[in-house]
Amino acid sequence: MNQNHNKLKASVTLLRIFIGWHFLFEGVVKMYNPEWTSFGYLATAQGPFDWFFNMLIGDATIGWVDTLNIIALMVVGVTFTLGIFERIGAIVGIGLLALYFLAHPPFPGLTQMNVEGNYWLINKNLIELVACMVIFQLPTGQYFGLDYLRKHKLKTQEQ
Amino acid sequence: MKWTRRDLLIGLGGLPILGAVWWAGAATSVGSRKKRSEILEQLNIKPSMPPAVPGIGGDPVRIGVIGFGIRGEQLTRALGFATDEWKEEMRLAAIEDPNNKRLEDFESQERLNVKLVGICDIFDVRAETFINSFSTTDDKIKRYKTYKEMIQSGEVDAVVIATPDHWHAPMSIEALNNNVHVYVEKPMTHTVGETYTLREAAENSDAVFAVGHQHRQTLSFGTARDIVEKGTLGHVSLIQTNTNRNDDNGAWNYDIHEKASPETIDWEQFLGSAPKVPFNKNHFFRWRKWWAYGSGLSGDLLTHDYDRLNCVLNMGIPASVSASGGIYTHNDGRNVPDVIQVNMEFPDFSTGSSQTKGKEKGMTFCYSATLGNGFNRPTVLMGHDATMELGNRLTVWPDGASTRYAAMLEAEKMRPDVPIYQYDPAGAATDAVSSATSQYFADKGLMWTYIDGVRVDSTFLHMREWLSVIKNGGKVSCGINEGFDEAISAHMAGLSWKLGRRIEWDAASQTLKPIEGIDFDQVLLANENWNLQPEMVG
Repeated sequence: MNQNHNKLKASVTLLRIFIGWHFLFEGVVKMYNPEWTSFGYLATAQGPFDWFFNMLIGDATIGWVDTLNIIALMVVGVTFTLGIFERIGAIVGIGLLALYFLAHPPFPGLTQMNVEGNYWLINKNLIELVACMVIFQLPTGQYFGLDYLRKHKLKTQEQ
Repeated sequence: MKWTRRDLLIGLGGLPILGAVWWAGAATSVGSRKKRSEILEQLNIKPSMPPAVPGIGGDPVRIGVIGFGIRGEQLTRALGFATDEWKEEMRLAAIEDPNNKRLEDFESQERLNVKLVGICDIFDVRAETFINSFSTTDDKIKRYKTYKEMIQSGEVDAVVIATPDHWHAPMSIEALNNNVHVYVEKPMTHTVGETYTLREAAENSDAVFAVGHQHRQTLSFGTARDIVEKGTLGHVSLIQTNTNRNDDNGAWNYDIHEKASPETIDWEQFLGSAPKVPFNKNHFFRWRKWWAYGSGLSGDLLTHDYDRLNCVLNMGIPASVSASGGIYTHNDGRNVPDVIQVNMEFPDFSTGSSQTKGKEKGMTFCYSATLGNGFNRPTVLMGHDATMELGNRLTVWPDGASTRYAAMLEAEKMRPDVPIYQYDPAGAATDAVSSATSQYFADKGLMWTYIDGVRVDSTFLHMREWLSVIKNGGKVSCGINEGFDEAISAHMAGLSWKLGRRIEWDAASQTLKPIEGIDFDQVLLANENWNLQPEMVG
């Protein structure tokens, strides 16, 4: 039982690090490219919530939207790779992925833009979202990550 | 506190991962930007800025509209006046399709300092719609029975002419002679002779004359000019432009109004210089299909493409033109061709060369059109060093055998299938090596032309420029000289198709080289069986 539990923790840790890796890379690439903007992605939003995404592309809002997007990506990336405050990271990740999913949902009848595969209702954004839910349920920072030091070392020191 | 190696490995194991990913992300971003800026630096292209025109101050310009058909309504909307019928139609269209933003765009259009004061339309229904839509209790709009009455009334400062082609020149000349400003639709004349008369009238008039080639306002064309002038494309030897339409509206089979009758239409006035034929609704509403009133593909649509390129290259009138084609898709009684290929030769023209001096010179402008197929063929300028696709968006691809880019191609800093420059006035910035994403969005036409964040109608900009020149002086972007080039080139194409032979231009004498026994204007105007009439061919 204990051995199985350890295997599960190892797998979830790997999942956490890979998702963190993915988010961090996206965030860093955008951060170092001052000309990057989510304008095109939002302007072409489809489905029941397109009005919401179209609202975000105004002159006054687009700069904020871009900055918040980078910050959110980095928060997920850093918490997941370092293994600390990962439940906060998971919530941010779920929110971000939900927005990505709803902006271009793989619903029948909508044109799938800039996708490399074929999807019906479920796509990779949604799968990654569910993976973030797993990370939220099973935090592994204490097993591998900064949380290990925070919980074990700093606490034992206090005692 | 004791930290073992194991503790550190478990606790800080994520740090090297974070560092590696961060480094890789930064290197990717900075590296591609460096490659981009190296290319952009070498090209040194300056994207054009939105036009800044001095304001239209003082008293409002008093405008009379001559011709309130399909185009007349569009021009009036560009001036800021839409009929209630149109607004209602657009409101319903927007409910049905939320992406239809035409009403919203119209309502957010900047107000111009103009006043509609008169209408001249020989179809009662249209004249009445105009008056009912735009008359107010303070400002009554007056209906004039003839264009002369309107122009000579002293009550209009400027006229907008959107009539069949055969009326363009007579009306423009009358207005210019009375110092009334003119905005006339293309083509600016219907015959070769008129083109000279109109030029003289414009030169001798104090009024401002503008031809309705609104695409001269398209933001990308200024940038395209800079691209060509910087030698980005090398020597351009071939230009391909196209028209592809495949619907009734595109083939000029417009709706015939139910109230049209000899009682509601002044048929005599419609005919003007055209052959006297009995009242014919088909001719009245679908005049573009007959040479007597219109000029077919060469006058209607080739003129757009020719002027677009003349605006970018300033290549002027071709040395010779050959055209061929026929009535292949709409054999419905029309006598203008619905499929046409026009080759214009510019043997002495060059956009510059990256090769040995004297090796490259001369260019062909090829216009290819059909009204029986809607496949989108882009406009391309084909040079020795690069190819440019010209539209609202510009894309430049290096040529695999380019001399100018040989070193960069060799070093694989450029690839023939990857654009080296892309310009989109809707995008936030110019893009050198375009990503698949931006390429995709742009190709789909999902980005629009924005000026300061607002989608703008180029016809509005064109009219605003004309009105500004009326008030402040200056030069319109499509005036008499540009119109002269456009009209002569279009007439050469029409003549070549009709005569089945090459038409040549003598640049020194500024005239068409005569063909013995042929009166060019008689040929242009002739409707049926023009080639069988002995007095014409001699």
